[in-house]
Amino acid sequence: MSAQADVGPSAIRHARWHWSELAFWIVVLACAFIFPSRYLIMTDIVRLALFALSLDLILGYAGIVSLGHAAFFGVGAYCAGLLALHGVIAEPVLALVAAGLVATVLGFLTSFLVIRGVDLTRLMVTLGIALLLEALAERFSNITGGTDGLQGIEMQPILKLFAFDIFGKTGFFYSLAVTFLLFLLARRIVHSPFGLSLRAIRNNPLRAAAIGIPVNKRLIAIYTVAAFYAGIAGALFTQTTALAALDVFSFERSADLMLVLVIGGTGYLYGGLIGAVVFRMLQEVFSTITPQYWQFWIGLVLVVIVLVGRARLHRWVLWLPNLLIAQISGRRNVVAVPEGDAP
Amino acid sequence: MRLSPSPLRGGSAEQSEAGVGVHIGGFRDQPPPGTLFASLSTCHPPRKGEGGQANCQSDPMTAVLTNLFDGVAYGMLLFVLGCGLAVTLGLMNFVNLAHGAFAMAGGYVCAVLVNRLGWPFFAGLPLAFISAAVIGAALERLLYRHLYSRSHLDQVLFSVGLVFMSVAAVDYIMGSQRVFINLPSVLEGQFDLFGVGIGRYRLMIIVICGLLTALLQLILARTRFGSRLRAAVDDPRAASGLGINVPQVFAFTFAFGCGLAGLGGALSAEVLGLDPYFPLKFMIYFLIVVTVGGSSSITGPFLASLLLGIADVAGKYYVPKMGPFVIYTVMIVILIWRPNGLFGRAAAR
Repeated sequence: MSAQADVGPSAIRHARWHWSELAFWIVVLACAFIFPSRYLIMTDIVRLALFALSLDLILGYAGIVSLGHAAFFGVGAYCAGLLALHGVIAEPVLALVAAGLVATVLGFLTSFLVIRGVDLTRLMVTLGIALLLEALAERFSNITGGTDGLQGIEMQPILKLFAFDIFGKTGFFYSLAVTFLLFLLARRIVHSPFGLSLRAIRNNPLRAAAIGIPVNKRLIAIYTVAAFYAGIAGALFTQTTALAALDVFSFERSADLMLVLVIGGTGYLYGGLIGAVVFRMLQEVFSTITPQYWQFWIGLVLVVIVLVGRARLHRWVLWLPNLLIAQISGRRNVVAVPEGDAP
Repeated sequence: MRLSPSPLRGGSAEQSEAGVGVHIGGFRDQPPPGTLFASLSTCHPPRKGEGGQANCQSDPMTAVLTNLFDGVAYGMLLFVLGCGLAVTLGLMNFVNLAHGAFAMAGGYVCAVLVNRLGWPFFAGLPLAFISAAVIGAALERLLYRHLYSRSHLDQVLFSVGLVFMSVAAVDYIMGSQRVFINLPSVLEGQFDLFGVGIGRYRLMIIVICGLLTALLQLILARTRFGSRLRAAVDDPRAASGLGINVPQVFAFTFAFGCGLAGLGGALSAEVLGLDPYFPLKFMIYFLIVVTVGGSSSITGPFLASLLLGIADVAGKYYVPKMGPFVIYTVMIVILIWRPNGLFGRAAAR
């Protein structure tokens, strides 16, 4: 009984906002004003962060390894693009939600395929779905524009108030606002009893089923939610760049996404956000060194991360901050390695 | 009419807009994704506006036979390429997405030997096998063996990293163009057998791959090494308790599988095309062979690759517009229907 009595307060304590989280978001907002000339790349980072957040929900919390998460990104991107191109829903925010909902429906339908089988089958099925969608998008090139992509998308002002400008300022604040709202929602989800049950499933599906958690239903639910997030990320991509081409479905996009999440660490929501920043920085550095072959170094980073071990790497990174905090305030281990890191 | 999944397409405009400029930039300057497969089919599939199959043999029966022949050749090739993966993925439970990289290595070694150093083609093939096997053995000892007990996520990340590295490295060393291997004149052209056009090169592929398959089956079923491998796979702990050096068996098997992939890569330069994106383009095909075929024997992957080869050639020929998604749909349906593969048994883990 005592264990059960502990669970509630402990979960509530973890769900409370930590001051470092507030600091994180303040820093993010401050960046918007510190680097006014870098809106485009910052928008890119924010979009990627949202996309990685979506993968974190299923990988970090539910333990579903997906190699085809770009499927939902792509569907969201094309939906937003087509809606704007044909003027069906001209208002960006509504179009964003609509695109997200289409991705949600797809996520719900495909979730039944994904919950079957073990890791390997899931890998194959998710990869297969993304490839299938790509093939479809190429087949119906009269709708999707084929390899050239959708062209001539013109975005209406957001809420009929804020027009997109060429410096990307509106786009950045728009993406940031959407990402922040969805982050709040995700935070609420993962700290709810629902989120706790997901973690139980990730750690041991058999035991989770034995204590009465409906494993499959929970997995379907979180997969659908993650599809919604990815769809929104894709729609944001189209709306802020006014582009949607076939490569939104590409395998590299899914693979890069995994790298983003792995750099940041899975299972504590901030992993995707931090990973997105680090990944773009790395990309920037590598592409200035070798413009054509930067992929080699990205691959090397992946291999090294895996060989060193993800948990160990995060301990190294957190060693200095923890040391400082311990010196200053006398407490130990304030910033811990996220527990979700252990697969 | 494109065989491959995505990676051919170049960088996204989003990136250049964002100032990063070269996302997937390494993949940008390359030959257009064209009729990758057209060279395989002895009679070219009907294209838009060419009026059905009029450009082919008039008799539909011989067309069927020719397609069947090409499909078998293609399937055999896929089997040789993928059967190493059947061992690592199916038996050792290691998700090695980088399998195609070994095939590419073999193909490029053969291309360099034959084209630049003037070796005969048939001397290049064994060298392709040996070099890929050596690379495989070295990587297995240095890197792979540390990851056998890791989670699938780690294995996926690791092998994807290897794929990215191999693609960029080959692009850097050899350039991004498609490479052709100079063939001896014996292998060029085709001859008629009861009205069915038989490509010499394809016939050679079938002969070589058929022999290899028989050899593999013999090794697995009849030799001492084969029984050790089967024991090590069924239960590594019990096997090592009986004095079998399990890591050594695995290392040898891994290297052998890589060697076969390298040989397959050299053979496939003519029909599938060999360029730095080979590992990415055919990754899904290898995975299909293994996951659909199951891993309890080599018969499963063998039948699966034949099926895949024939279905792909026939699909390209009869419904060219449906493109690759017939294959993907079939794969997903089979995986849902039988998660352990058509010919598989329940997974060990």
